[in-house]
Amino acid sequence: MMRFLGTFLIIAIVNTCFGQKDDTTINTPATLNYTTELVVPELDIPWGMTFLPDGSMLVTEIKGKLIHFKGGVKTEIKQVPEVYARGQGGLMDVELHPDYKNNGWIYFTYSSSEGEENGGNTALMRAKIKEGTLIDKQILYKGTPNTTKPYHFGSRIVFDNDGFVYFGIGDRGEHFVNPQDITKDGGKIYRLKDDGTIPSDNPFVNEIGAKTAIYSYGHRNPQGMTKHPVTGQIWENEHGPQGGDEINIVRKGKNYGWPVICYGINYDNTILTDKTEMPGMEQPLYYYVPSIAPSGMAFVYSDKYPDWKGNLLIGSLKFQYLERLVITDDKVTYREKIMPDLGRVRNVKIGNDGYIYVAIEGKGIYKIVPSR
Amino acid sequence: MNHIKRMGVLVVFFAGFSFIQDTELSKSIARGKDVYNDFCIVCHKPNGEGTEKIFPPLAKSDFLVKYREESIRSVKYGQKGKIKVNGIEYNGTMPLPGLTDEEIVDVMNYIMNSWGNKSDKIVTISEVKSLIK
Repeated sequence: MMRFLGTFLIIAIVNTCFGQKDDTTINTPATLNYTTELVVPELDIPWGMTFLPDGSMLVTEIKGKLIHFKGGVKTEIKQVPEVYARGQGGLMDVELHPDYKNNGWIYFTYSSSEGEENGGNTALMRAKIKEGTLIDKQILYKGTPNTTKPYHFGSRIVFDNDGFVYFGIGDRGEHFVNPQDITKDGGKIYRLKDDGTIPSDNPFVNEIGAKTAIYSYGHRNPQGMTKHPVTGQIWENEHGPQGGDEINIVRKGKNYGWPVICYGINYDNTILTDKTEMPGMEQPLYYYVPSIAPSGMAFVYSDKYPDWKGNLLIGSLKFQYLERLVITDDKVTYREKIMPDLGRVRNVKIGNDGYIYVAIEGKGIYKIVPSR
Repeated sequence: MNHIKRMGVLVVFFAGFSFIQDTELSKSIARGKDVYNDFCIVCHKPNGEGTEKIFPPLAKSDFLVKYREESIRSVKYGQKGKIKVNGIEYNGTMPLPGLTDEEIVDVMNYIMNSWGNKSDKIVTISEVKSLIK
């Protein structure tokens, strides 16, 4: 029976993989009880966004622009670090220090060519804004080595309830080299103190040769990350190859398996691995076949959306919608399309006003307004 | 007689020239495939079919033939706004790929000579360099 089930499952997975057409497991609601309102217009590829205490916003565009949006006006912040603009590289996430009000620190991830080798790798920087210019810039972490591979830089930034900062770096196009090796950067989620020093309780601080900033490994390309509003745990989503995108809860020292185990196949339809599970490797909380190309993620926790409270939102670049996932006991029990057909959803976040903000490529940033 | 001899020399010359161009082209196409697999394949797909209404197809694309310069330009500088490919309108954003001019040459030669596409005119480095933003 088990074997029959297993074979069935493999056939089902392979079939859906090669199909790669539509996602039939997601629901389309019959009626929409919300409207959308364009808040920040005319953005090319808005990647990161964060909300300042005065109600204004900071938005990154991948090509290397940091935009302060206040009172309907966009101002480009000066002296932003130069990005290694190749493929998926650029200025990625932006996040405020939990005590931003008092210390003014702003955190960014971006592709940086700093270092000896040709190419680039992901860096985490903090800085402050003074009179429209970035000052006090400190590179807190820089992945090495640089490479001209144009993909899998990550990256999102999240602070946990204890004030530690988490960020991801994708496998940088070397999936057989980086993700499973804790002495190398790439394919990792990192955890640092807010000043960039290594917390003494990081999982690999006593491993010889290890990159001690690593918190978890075996990731492919994490481009969504958020803090659970109740448990305080860090959740992430990452792009799989063709099929096999994942949602994971990031746990200390754990191995998430890429590329040894995976529910997807290569882009050219060849088999990458025939294993989907192994001892010592975490199973995803949820995986997508076919891939949706997941971008930003956020939990709904405000009272603005009583029907959606506790639900998870994830953007789909590929199918061009925002999806709403009902999570029960750390399991996905229902998925629904929100905002279909507006464009490639790059990011989603909850504003200080409790509204959901959604960044869409080529359009801008929308707010979801519930209908009365 | 002299006239015919001269013609013969010319024929040999051009045959040789096109042979050199052929091997150059096939080398460029081979390198271009690697560039394609690194930069383009995720959206435009292994056989250049794209995704209808979202990512325009490159295979048998009328746009590539009609708008050669625009096509190369979009690979060099990125592309934004409405375009029509094989009768279907696309209104997306292709981010700046960040390729070197040499890589642009190779990937264009690969795209223009794959999946049923055929171009007699090889894309050259000077052609790519001449396209100012």
